[in-house]
Amino acid sequence: MPFWRGVFYLLIAMGLVLTVVRFSQGLGSVTNLSDSYPWGLWVGFDLLCGVGLAAGGFVITAVVYIFHIERMRPIVRPAIITAFLGYLLVSAALLFDLGRPWNIWHPLILWNPSSVMFEVAWCVMLYSTVLGLEFSGMVFEKLRWKRAVKVQKMISVPLVIAGVVLSTLHQSSLGTMYLIMPGKLHALWYTPLLPLLFLVSAVSVGLAMVIIESKLSARSLGMSLEVPLLRTIGRALVGVLGLFGFLRVYDLLDRGMLAEAFSFSYESCLFLVEFGLGVVLPMALLLIPKIRMSTRGLYAGALLAVMGFVVNRLNVSLTGFETAQGGHYIPSWAEVAITMMFVALGFAAFRFIAKHFPVYAEHGTTPPSEVPSVLPADIEEPVAANGVKTTWERTFLDLPDEAGRL
Amino acid sequence: MEAGKQHAILFDLTRCSACGECVGACMEKQGFEGDYEQVKDLSATSYTACRNVVAPDDEEYGLRNLCRHCVEPTCASVCPVTALEKTPEGPVVYDASKCMGCRYCMTACPFNIPRYEWDSPMPEVRKCDMCHDRLAKGEVTACADACPNEATVCGTRDELIADARERFKEDPDDYHHHIYGEHEIGGTNVMFISPFPAETLLGYKPELGTKPLSERTWRVLSKIPNIAIFAGATMGALWWLTARRDEVRAHEAAKRLGVDPKHNGQARQ
Repeated sequence: MPFWRGVFYLLIAMGLVLTVVRFSQGLGSVTNLSDSYPWGLWVGFDLLCGVGLAAGGFVITAVVYIFHIERMRPIVRPAIITAFLGYLLVSAALLFDLGRPWNIWHPLILWNPSSVMFEVAWCVMLYSTVLGLEFSGMVFEKLRWKRAVKVQKMISVPLVIAGVVLSTLHQSSLGTMYLIMPGKLHALWYTPLLPLLFLVSAVSVGLAMVIIESKLSARSLGMSLEVPLLRTIGRALVGVLGLFGFLRVYDLLDRGMLAEAFSFSYESCLFLVEFGLGVVLPMALLLIPKIRMSTRGLYAGALLAVMGFVVNRLNVSLTGFETAQGGHYIPSWAEVAITMMFVALGFAAFRFIAKHFPVYAEHGTTPPSEVPSVLPADIEEPVAANGVKTTWERTFLDLPDEAGRL
Repeated sequence: MEAGKQHAILFDLTRCSACGECVGACMEKQGFEGDYEQVKDLSATSYTACRNVVAPDDEEYGLRNLCRHCVEPTCASVCPVTALEKTPEGPVVYDASKCMGCRYCMTACPFNIPRYEWDSPMPEVRKCDMCHDRLAKGEVTACADACPNEATVCGTRDELIADARERFKEDPDDYHHHIYGEHEIGGTNVMFISPFPAETLLGYKPELGTKPLSERTWRVLSKIPNIAIFAGATMGALWWLTARRDEVRAHEAAKRLGVDPKHNGQARQ
C-alpha cells in the first residue's frame, strides 16, 4: 500500500526533525505544556492509553496459561507482541516527556515507596522484562535453539503469573496516581474507585485491541484469527464493559454525582461522550447477535470501546483539570506529530514481527486448511496413539477425529 | 525534628502593602535578573510574588504567594526519586541531580507552586527553598529581612502560631480568627492570617481536609504487598485447579471410550 507507506515515512521524517528540536531546545519549544498544565498529551495518551491498550498481553496469557482455555491459544502470541511493543513504545515516549530523561533509571537507586510513580516505574520495568522473556520464545523458535525453547516453556507459567500480578498493580496504580489531586481533578472523575476503574477498563481495551489487531492483520498480512474466536472475545468484552459501566454508575450514585453527570455542563458533556459512545453503545451493539456475528460489527464495537477508553483517560488526565486550573490545554501540532510517530512505529514493528516471526504459526489461525489437527498440547496424552478423540474434546473443541467424525 | 520546632514563616495580610521589597530581595538572593516590580506571578525566575487583593468590604490588602513548605509535603511524597525532600529543619528543598523531570510534583501540589524551565534542554523544577542556607546561619529569610512592615516574619512554627493568636487577641476586629496553614492538609510551615475569610484565595480549600494528601494514595499503596500475594496465590490456585479439572475430564472421557489413559492411549479391548 504505497499510500500508507508514504504516510509512514512522512510521520517518521517529521518526528525525527521534532525530536532534534525537542532535545536541543527543551519541552517548551515543541509542546503547549505550561506551569498550569505540566502534563499533556504525552502523559494522557502515550502513557495512560499506551499502557492500557497493551493490557491484552496479561489478559490473554492468563486466559490460556492459567485458566487453561486452550481455544484462545492462537491469540497468545499476537497479544504478547502487542504488549511488548506497547511497553517499549511507552518507554520511548516517556524519554520525550521526561525533562531529564538521562535520569530515567534513578528509581532503581533512589527509593520513595510513598510515591505511586515509584511503584509504577518498578512494575513497568519488571513487566517489560517479563514480556521480553515471553517474547523470547518466538525468537528462540525462529533461531531453532531447541534447548532455549524448552527452558522458556518451562518458566512460562511462573512468568504469566508474575505478569498478571505486575499488571494488576501498575494498571490500577495509574489511576491511584490521580488520587493525590482531589482539589484539581473534577469530581466526575475523581473517585476513590479510580484504581479499580483503571484496571477494569484496561482489561476491556486489552480485549478490544485483540479484535482490532486481527482485523488489521487480515488486511495487511492476510493472516487473522478465526471468527468464532473473535466472537468469544466480543462476548467477553461485553462482560467487562458491563462491569466497568456498573462500577462507574454505582460510584456516581454513591457519591451523589448522577445529577451532575446529566447537567450538560462542560464536564458533563465530556462524560456523556465517554460513557455513551464508549461504554453503552459498544455494549448495545455487541449484545445484538446479528452484529456480534459479523466481523464488521465486532470491529465497530471494539473500535468504539477503544475510543471511549481514550476519551476517559484524556478526561482524567487533561480536560478534568480545566475548571480547577483555568484556561485550556490543547496539544501543539508537534506534540501530536511525535505521538503519531510512535503510533506509526508501533504498526510498522508489529507488521515486521508478524512477517518474520512465528506469530500466527500456532494452531487455530487462518488459513484453517493448513491446521487440520487443532490439538492443544496439554491434553494430548490420552488420544495420541490411536487418534481417538475424547468426548470432552469433541464436545468442547469441535475437533473431528482422524476419521473426520465429530 | 518535631514540626513545632521547625523553621516557619507567618504572613499577615493586614500589614502588607504589596510594595514588592520581598520579591526584589528574593530575586537578588537567588541571583535572578529582571525587574521585581514587573513580577505578577511565580515563575522559574521569581520564587515569590505579591499583589493587591480586594476584601469583601472593598478594603485593599497585599498578598504574597510562595511555597508553603508543608509539614507533610505532597510534592515530596509523590516524587519517585526523592529529588524533593522535607528537611528536618522545615524547608522543602529540591535536588536537580536526582530529578528525572516527571513533573508529578507540579501536578500534585495543591497550591500550584512549582515552576518549570520549559525552555531549557536541562530543565529544573523551581520553587522557594525558604533560604535554608541563611536559616542554617541563624539569619532570617531574605523576604522577611526585606519586609519594611513585618508582614513576613520568621520563627519556629510554635512561636508563630502563638504570635498569630496574640495578634487576634490584641486586635480582635482586625482579623478573621483563623491561622491558614495551622491544620490544613496536615499543616504548612508557611502560614497566613487575614482580615477576611481567604481559604479560596490562599488555596487552603476546606474540602481537602486536615490530613496530608499523601494519605489518600498511601491507603492504596500500603495494600500492595497483600494484593500481590493474594493475586499471585489466586492465579497459582486457578492454574492448578483448571489443569486438574481438564485432566479428570480427559481421563473420564478416555475411560468411556475404552482407552486406557495410563498406557498412553492404548486400546484395552
